[in-house]
Amino acid sequence: MVYRAHILISGDAACIAKGARDVEAALWEAVQELNLKDEVQILEVSSLGHSDQGPEIVIYPDGTDYVNLTPEDAKFIIEEHLLKGRPVERLTYREPPSLPLPPPSEKEVRVVLENVGKIDPENIEDYIAMDGYMALGKVLGEMTPEEVIEELKISGLRGRGGAGFPTWLKWTLARNAPGDMKYVICNGDEGDPGAFMNRSVLEGDPHSVIEGMAIAAYAIGASQGYFYVRAEYPIAIQTLRAAIKQARDYGLLGEHIFGADFSFDLEVRMGAGAFVCGEETALMQSIEGARGMPRTRPPYPATAGLWGNPTNINNVETYANVPKIIHKGGSWFASMGTDKSKGTKTFAIAGKVERTGLIEVPLGMTIREIVYDVGGGVLGGKKFKAVQTGGPMGGCIPEQYLDLPVDYEHLKEVGSMMGSGGFVVMDEDTCMVDIARFFMEFTQDESCGKCVPCRVGTRRMLEILNRICAGEGRPGDIETLEELAVYIRDGSLCGLGQGAPNPVLSTLQYFRDEYEAHIYDKTCPAKVCKGLIEYKINPEACIGCTRCARNCPVNAIEGKPKQTHVIDADICIRCGVCKQVCPVDAVYVE
Amino acid sequence: MEERMMHQVDETVARYGSTDEALVEILRDLSQQAGYLDRPTLAAVAKKLAVPESRVFSVASFYSMISVEPLGKHVIRMCQDAPCHVAGGRKIWETLEQALGIQFGQTTSDGQWTLMPTSCIGLCAVGPVMMIDDEVFGNLTPEKVNEILARYREQDGGAA
Repeated sequence: MVYRAHILISGDAACIAKGARDVEAALWEAVQELNLKDEVQILEVSSLGHSDQGPEIVIYPDGTDYVNLTPEDAKFIIEEHLLKGRPVERLTYREPPSLPLPPPSEKEVRVVLENVGKIDPENIEDYIAMDGYMALGKVLGEMTPEEVIEELKISGLRGRGGAGFPTWLKWTLARNAPGDMKYVICNGDEGDPGAFMNRSVLEGDPHSVIEGMAIAAYAIGASQGYFYVRAEYPIAIQTLRAAIKQARDYGLLGEHIFGADFSFDLEVRMGAGAFVCGEETALMQSIEGARGMPRTRPPYPATAGLWGNPTNINNVETYANVPKIIHKGGSWFASMGTDKSKGTKTFAIAGKVERTGLIEVPLGMTIREIVYDVGGGVLGGKKFKAVQTGGPMGGCIPEQYLDLPVDYEHLKEVGSMMGSGGFVVMDEDTCMVDIARFFMEFTQDESCGKCVPCRVGTRRMLEILNRICAGEGRPGDIETLEELAVYIRDGSLCGLGQGAPNPVLSTLQYFRDEYEAHIYDKTCPAKVCKGLIEYKINPEACIGCTRCARNCPVNAIEGKPKQTHVIDADICIRCGVCKQVCPVDAVYVE
Repeated sequence: MEERMMHQVDETVARYGSTDEALVEILRDLSQQAGYLDRPTLAAVAKKLAVPESRVFSVASFYSMISVEPLGKHVIRMCQDAPCHVAGGRKIWETLEQALGIQFGQTTSDGQWTLMPTSCIGLCAVGPVMMIDDEVFGNLTPEKVNEILARYREQDGGAA
């Protein structure tokens, strides 16, 4: 059937959280009512790009983008746009006016995200129409496992989960490991703060990951695969299960795929809320039904993984790259990126930037280009202070490295790491001691408890940081932090413990003066730490409107109407409400 | 009551298979059905899978989405990760603690609310984010949090 128009509706979790399901129902209803169902097709796709303004729909052929929709809007759009042919101006997406910059797409190169938001993830034919499963056909029909691995070697693809281990080498190790039963696992336990690229790929283009896993299975000689996806991603799990079923129905999973002597099937396993399960040995423990605690390596999973059998484990983004590499050739992939870091990488830009969200750029792009050209600059035109990469085990990179190329090597050199692609921008209003404390809270909470240095050490570091932020820092605190950091790093088994001190070490390296200001001068330069700030009212600006006194939750503000108000610092809990409500900006922080 | 629990255990174990490796999924599913796992439930699962109770408890107490303690009628999970933090998460954190009079990890004495941190739920574009039961709320401000809580209290008949 040929449709006159296609409506794509974003089924991204952020849009669903804001009511996309109701909007979709309203669209269906209106299409039925107006007898348009033979002319108009409604497709649920993944993110359409402006999830922060969801629910969002795009109507083709003209590509009109509608955002912030309610069910009533949806009905109105069907009537106006599709029946009467008049786009509804007031509901269309507009670029924020403060951005005279080139659209982000000019600097972006989409490989992994190419299909996300363009195809219906619930329909395998959409994927096949985009050359999907062609790479698997090519591999099974024309290539030996060695040739597949060789192609990956040419491509230079490295693990996208964080550590950046060469993928071809991992596959070779698993291939050469003795054993009849081998497994491939997809690590979808994406838990790094702010990194949601795997969710987007699983929700928007699940077949690319399935195809990548099947190719890996062929290369290493496995016939069974597992998807391990965190339980916090129910939509991704649902999409994935549907995709696996469709692939089975089409003979792309199961026995004798493409008539070749190759059988492969997949199972989805759900996590149950434990960050450390993203660590590969912990993840396998969890699949086996145990507490997800890491174990010593070696032996590596490639020789003794799931149930003691040789296992290849890669993350979602790594697998999603594989079909593209086979299809377009390893040298095409290697033409992007830097000397040692090839291809593209997805990043989730968050924090204090104008445009937050998911991007994909060639490796080696500088921090400045990512923040200013792709991210649209620091929010509200404030001053850039640092960017945090690599998740809770990563580090903060200061302004002096704005022109640093973002790849595995360079990030490591400055004390951070790639991680899974979190990219949190901080401005001058961010207190770096508070940020370090915040990450320590996280790792302290997520430590599985197996290694004493990690379990107890992170707690001790957190206590010191809490004291410093409360204004009770003591001389010697910085040195103790540094000492503990070394013990924890050297005495922990897995990446979580080894990386836990990183946020403190990197902020100490680049923002030591802020720590010193907290400890010795008892001030918080960014005016964030409550123990070290005081709210005051400028008597010259105050107009005596009483608004602050009326809104103060603890009645700490005194003053008669039309007279200057005063804050009692002993009662004040530093909640900041007075500053928010003051109409003349008379309240300031000292 | 006990019969119903046994039935739930039987059904859930049948769904995932009575093998060791299904333990995490069985416990998570049961915990979501019943709100939390009490000792008799844990014992029943152990018996069904023929594994020691201690192992079942060790797994149940490890994962944050499996609870071995009673939870409130509504469970609030507030994202504790960096993007939400930078976007003003700590204020939301404090507002929730103040409004409910409990700290994170605790349940109100009337059994209405449990306050828990969660790791990133992947909605960083609309941070700070929290979940109340299965519903997600983004772009939070202290005012918005109080409004949302008031709405829930109203739905529950103003009891809490």
